[in-house]
Amino acid sequence: MAGWAGFGRLTDLRHEIDRLFEAPLAELSRSSNLLSGWTPAMDIYEDKDSLVVRVELPGMKKEDIEVSLHDGSLSISGERKGAEHSSSAEIYRSERFFGRFQRTVTLPTLVKADKIKAQYTDGVLTVTLPKAEEVKPKHIDVQVS
Amino acid sequence: MKATLQKEGQPAAATVEYLAPEVDIYETNEGYLIEAEMPGVSKDGLEVTLEGTQITLLGHRRQETVPGQALFRESRPADFRRVFELDPAIDTAKIVARMDQGVLKMTLPKSEEVKPRRITVE
Repeated sequence: MAGWAGFGRLTDLRHEIDRLFEAPLAELSRSSNLLSGWTPAMDIYEDKDSLVVRVELPGMKKEDIEVSLHDGSLSISGERKGAEHSSSAEIYRSERFFGRFQRTVTLPTLVKADKIKAQYTDGVLTVTLPKAEEVKPKHIDVQVS
Repeated sequence: MKATLQKEGQPAAATVEYLAPEVDIYETNEGYLIEAEMPGVSKDGLEVTLEGTQITLLGHRRQETVPGQALFRESRPADFRRVFELDPAIDTAKIVARMDQGVLKMTLPKSEEVKPRRITVE
């Protein structure tokens, strides 16, 4: 019986070409597995008490994610392992990336290293880093003499 | 990577931008397996609809309030959408979908009539 062409492999090239034309170059190099392996998208937010770093890591196991802080740099790394499929399975599309990734960011302020929390929900890692007391904005009362 | 959709009768300004999730698709004798990456989408945000032989995967991201201002942003806030044409051999009543840490895992079994069978020689 001939293979059914609905999920065909020939469209892979078209898909990559579509991406070339639609995505800005910086984003392409970030998101395309052809150029750079896996660089998961990272967002950083700041409020007066803490920094929040969020990384999109769909389909990981909690124990395969590593978060570390060294010299004011936050490093998030890990490995995504592929599910095992029987050798008789035919692959129609293979767009997901499996393997190691690492992202490192220099934090803009000092943080309390012992108060960092990391939470993994719905494939998104959220790291909350409370700011060190000395970098928090302080209100100074003006004395009248 | 992105697909722009326009609802009929609406001005061009009302287009909704979607991201096409990256997928892996496998076929075995038993059926198909589709895995689609939708980070930030929970079970409640997932909509799978079947129309004839077309299956539409729609993932709405959980709306989260993030404290303060964004210093750096690479993620795109758009929802995920992708449409596939199904093999007519799939028994659509038996499709099962689940979310596992931002990955949609969907099994699409083939109907019994089309599965390969060993014929006993008498």
